[in-house]
Amino acid sequence: MNILAFVKRVPDTESRIRIPQGSATIAEDGLNFVVSPYDEYAVEEALRIREAKGGVIRVVSVGKDEAVTVLRKCLAMGADEALLVKDEAPETYDGLRTARIIARVVERRFAGTDLLLFGKQSVGADNGQVPAMVAELLGLPQATVVTKLEVEAGSATAFREIEGGTEKVLLSLPAVVTAQKGLNEPRYETLKGIMAAKKKEIPVVKLDELGFGTDDLAPAIAVTGLDVPAARQAGKILQGDPAETARELVRLLRDEAKVI
Amino acid sequence: MIAVYLETRDGKIKKSSFEALAEAGRRAAELGVGTAAVLVGGAVAELAPGAFAYGASKVYVLENELLADYSTQGYALALATLVAEIRPEALFFPATAMGRDLAPRVAARLGVGLASDCVKIAVKDGDLVFTRPIYAGKAVLAFTLKTRPRLATLRPNIFPLGEAKAAAAGGEVVRKDVGIPDGAIKGRVAEVIREESGEIDVTEADVVVSGGRGLKGPDAFALIRDLVAVFPRAAVGASRSAVDSGWIGHQHQVGQTGKTVSPDLYIAAGISGAIQHLAGISSSKFIVAVNKDPEAPIFKIADYGIVGDLFEVLPKLTDELKKALAD
Repeated sequence: MNILAFVKRVPDTESRIRIPQGSATIAEDGLNFVVSPYDEYAVEEALRIREAKGGVIRVVSVGKDEAVTVLRKCLAMGADEALLVKDEAPETYDGLRTARIIARVVERRFAGTDLLLFGKQSVGADNGQVPAMVAELLGLPQATVVTKLEVEAGSATAFREIEGGTEKVLLSLPAVVTAQKGLNEPRYETLKGIMAAKKKEIPVVKLDELGFGTDDLAPAIAVTGLDVPAARQAGKILQGDPAETARELVRLLRDEAKVI
Repeated sequence: MIAVYLETRDGKIKKSSFEALAEAGRRAAELGVGTAAVLVGGAVAELAPGAFAYGASKVYVLENELLADYSTQGYALALATLVAEIRPEALFFPATAMGRDLAPRVAARLGVGLASDCVKIAVKDGDLVFTRPIYAGKAVLAFTLKTRPRLATLRPNIFPLGEAKAAAAGGEVVRKDVGIPDGAIKGRVAEVIREESGEIDVTEADVVVSGGRGLKGPDAFALIRDLVAVFPRAAVGASRSAVDSGWIGHQHQVGQTGKTVSPDLYIAAGISGAIQHLAGISSSKFIVAVNKDPEAPIFKIADYGIVGDLFEVLPKLTDELKKALAD
């Protein structure tokens, strides 16, 4: 089984987001960057499939040089190989642009891949667009927001989360699958894994080496504003006897908020 | 025109699709164009009157027996073919499990950009300006799309539904033949497994009551469920720590690595309010917090707070709400 897992370097979820005046991107200084949490589930799932069926796991990240750190973490978790697709552009928030890059990489470098695993969305841009776009560009079936995956030779059964239930999706391979929390519990890197990952070379491919010209990847999105939302104000705090505070709260919800 | 894909489940059009249709109607009126709805499935033409009631003047019906069960590829093919023919200004989808799965596929097929999970759409200088939260609501991005048609998914529970028109409201039904070539569908939904409880999802509920570490264990979710049961369209939510402790399933998790919710009323019980949780509830209309610790961060953003022991407060609150809602 040839598996590709795609990972993105993002600020950890504890981060407080700051936006410099007039900027279309967030301030990155002082932030702690990690593998996007949903992408970790994708990598873990790849490891479990390899343990059961054998095969090779390659992890790919599109981004600046710093993205090497998240690739190295995936190698330490147990992935076999990594590739950085170097993209110097600032965050465009445009899923189609990233999807075009990834589809091209898969076509040119990873023919014969059986399974393409992604996180259901990056934590940050929160688009959740790229995997389905890659699937379409490559003509592959997809299952998104998957909490359980069973892989056989040439086919897979994916269970995807929907409102109030689960959809069982039958896929022929190759296919695109995106990971939701609940799919698995990602392992920690071992010291041995970390040491081995340090020795591995991570090749870099540039966009022009993939045949993209400077105008080929113009974003479809034109940002007109990026702001931190107005903070919610603290409201009324009730203290005292539970029965009385509960009664007062209900009165406020009905008469003041008019929400019940 | 602005066209809207209407999601059908169990032979009904979902509320979030009507919300998208109502918003399309408002923006189309500003742009001076019409509003159309699109139904896709095995046999869905009979659902068209519902679309007229929420403002569509035209309903496109794309039927094929191969579309009876949802498949991303089949539905994307049908929609992209229609869009190439009717060339709408924009195509909206509800940002539901299905809409989020389908819209990017249609966008890639058409080679256009997609505005995901929008919470606001405005008309400025004859163009649509989309607003969406990023970093789970810690920042807000506004943008236009340079490609046509503009594709967008609209977050449920945000856009007002408006009043449904009388049953007599009619319009034009346009049936389109959808050809699905052999082998075009390589993945399909074989089965939909409903949660036995029949609970609605936190993203669709009008009221969400969430429990956190302060519940001290799984059993106290009974208090949460009692409170949920008071409201007609309410759901049980949870903080990450309650989910990671194994007290409740991850599908209930609200916050940055869970679901972002926008109910009319969000009640947080025993949740201190980590930044990831606060981000996920920030688009709620009213937030109520019940917590023992008066210094808990949740009180800084709650509209109403009760400082007290949730084991005492929640049963009283349930009783009082029952009385109030019975009036």
